[in-house]
Amino acid sequence: MANTYLVAVDGSAGSLRAAEYAADRAKASNSNITLAYVIEWSPYSFHTPEELAERHKRREEEIERAQSTILGPVAKAVKDKGVDAEVVVKHGHPSETLAELAQEKGATQIFIGRKGESRMAALLFGSVAGSLVQTSPVPVTVVP
Amino acid sequence: MKRLLTSIFVFLTLSVPAHAAGFDETINTATAPIAKFIGQIVFFKIPIGDANLPLVVLWLVIGAVFFTFYMGFVNIRGFKHAIELVRGDYANPDDAGEVSHFQALATAVSGTVGIGNIGGVAVAVTVGGAGATFWLIMAGFLGMSTKFVECTLGVKYRTENPDGSVSGGPMYYLDKGFAERGMAGFGKFMGTFYAIGIFIGALGIGNMFQSNQAFVQFVNVTGGETGSWWADKGWLFGTAMALVTGSVIIGGIKSIARVTEKIVPFMAIFYCIFALMVIFMNFDAIPQAISNIFSGAMTGEGVAGGALGALIIGFQRAVFSNEAGIGSASIAHSAVRTNEPVTEGVVSLLEPFIDTIIICTITAMVIGTAQVADPNFAGEAKGIAMTSAAFERQISWFPIPLAFAAMLFAFSTMISWSYYGLKGWTYLFGEGQTMDRLYKLIFCIFVALGCMVKLGPILDISDALVFLICVPNILGLYFLAPIVKREMESYFARIKSGEIKRFKHG
Repeated sequence: MANTYLVAVDGSAGSLRAAEYAADRAKASNSNITLAYVIEWSPYSFHTPEELAERHKRREEEIERAQSTILGPVAKAVKDKGVDAEVVVKHGHPSETLAELAQEKGATQIFIGRKGESRMAALLFGSVAGSLVQTSPVPVTVVP
Repeated sequence: MKRLLTSIFVFLTLSVPAHAAGFDETINTATAPIAKFIGQIVFFKIPIGDANLPLVVLWLVIGAVFFTFYMGFVNIRGFKHAIELVRGDYANPDDAGEVSHFQALATAVSGTVGIGNIGGVAVAVTVGGAGATFWLIMAGFLGMSTKFVECTLGVKYRTENPDGSVSGGPMYYLDKGFAERGMAGFGKFMGTFYAIGIFIGALGIGNMFQSNQAFVQFVNVTGGETGSWWADKGWLFGTAMALVTGSVIIGGIKSIARVTEKIVPFMAIFYCIFALMVIFMNFDAIPQAISNIFSGAMTGEGVAGGALGALIIGFQRAVFSNEAGIGSASIAHSAVRTNEPVTEGVVSLLEPFIDTIIICTITAMVIGTAQVADPNFAGEAKGIAMTSAAFERQISWFPIPLAFAAMLFAFSTMISWSYYGLKGWTYLFGEGQTMDRLYKLIFCIFVALGCMVKLGPILDISDALVFLICVPNILGLYFLAPIVKREMESYFARIKSGEIKRFKHG
């Protein structure tokens, strides 16, 4: 059975490099690629009633936008290399959701780009790649 | 957009006569007779002994008792499950990004935790004695069942608009629910009646009362009725508050709303912690205060109408605070996307619990223990000023953060209610930008008016309108209760059999 590689995409140049890198590996090993974009979202945040009423509509819009503007170009780059790519958009905590998704898709490896933030910035804002390395159930390849 | 905001301002400034101080007075004399008239109709009283039992309170009590028994004490049975739902144990990960149970609850609680929890309780204790507290808690407990029924129905009969947003609430369940039972015409009438009631009522309980009490506490901390420069500047404070509210609900400045919605829950916790501290600082008075609550509830000593008088006041204030029976919360809850309407009903059980059984009771204990220690601690102060004085006895600087909290509570309640009122309005006039704006403009004007009139007439008008919409709402709940009961039993059976999957903490 073919392996599945999960690639975390966030629209940055780094995540495009990660996708291309994963595509090369996938081609060599005859594996599939799943491209995932996580929209940061917490079920414990607070909203006004008006925002609640429009939430479903907004969610559809967010997913639509992520698919067309963020995942679309990356998927094309991967397909250009001759590898099949499935795209997934999820809401949730980025690294937790990626780890869950890897399990759900039976992925054998996660590829993620690195923003190359300074140590200070990483400390302040945290880094998805950093926390994913700590929590992922499968090996993680961080592409610089 | 700017034009609208400017026009509010112009309207308010132009209507202020040369002697601004006299303006507040003019508004007062103009509204008092209207308030009295509305109050007399809604609170038609039947005299029983020395007590006067308003029919509408009886209506609410009977409803709450009936639903508690009919639903087999769902307020106790569903409590643990409510916490599991809010924690997200049953949330399907595929639905991430939709409104969660927690969010619906938090929004509805922000709407109910308002000035009523701070000032309304003081009113209850002043008029109904310590015993009113007991009935307040009782009303909160029974009100949980009413809330359960109305929030379940809110989700079940909501309308999904073509643009993907949802509209729900009593006007929709009255309308559709009666239509299902072959009484379409009657349903339409009830829905319309409710919609009119909530959009006018929103201007009272969710608006004028809130801004008024926020202003009272503000004057209180800036020097009091005689010393504060602000004392006769209700119009100025009101205009400022109206402008801020307008910038959120008309101007769509979400950041202000978001900040408020985030601060309010912390404020509520902060308030409870300090209140508990004050209660423990009055440690010696605790046993006496508790015993006063129970004995007052049974004997009604010193209260007009005795025990029944205390009961009436307690129930009235509790409903005013937790909104069970008014149907407003079901408007907020109907936004949750779930295949099981019962889940929202179960979650909403927690609202009267948090609002009345926890927060109101704590406030009542702060006042109660202060009264035991020093019967005249508050002097002439009433409403929120009385609560403030009870805090001040132990923590001298507390009135200032309390004023801040009061303003935020008032503000978040106003934002929620502007939406509830709007939904009544759109039910009547359809969804449309221009009409929406018109309603929101009216709403802002009333925010300002709220600061210009005295507590008495305001409380009367706002009480009356809110209690008025309980009539169609609860009548509808009786008719639709069998549907809720059927869904509830099926739901709990499927939970028990494991057919409804648990995703976490299994």
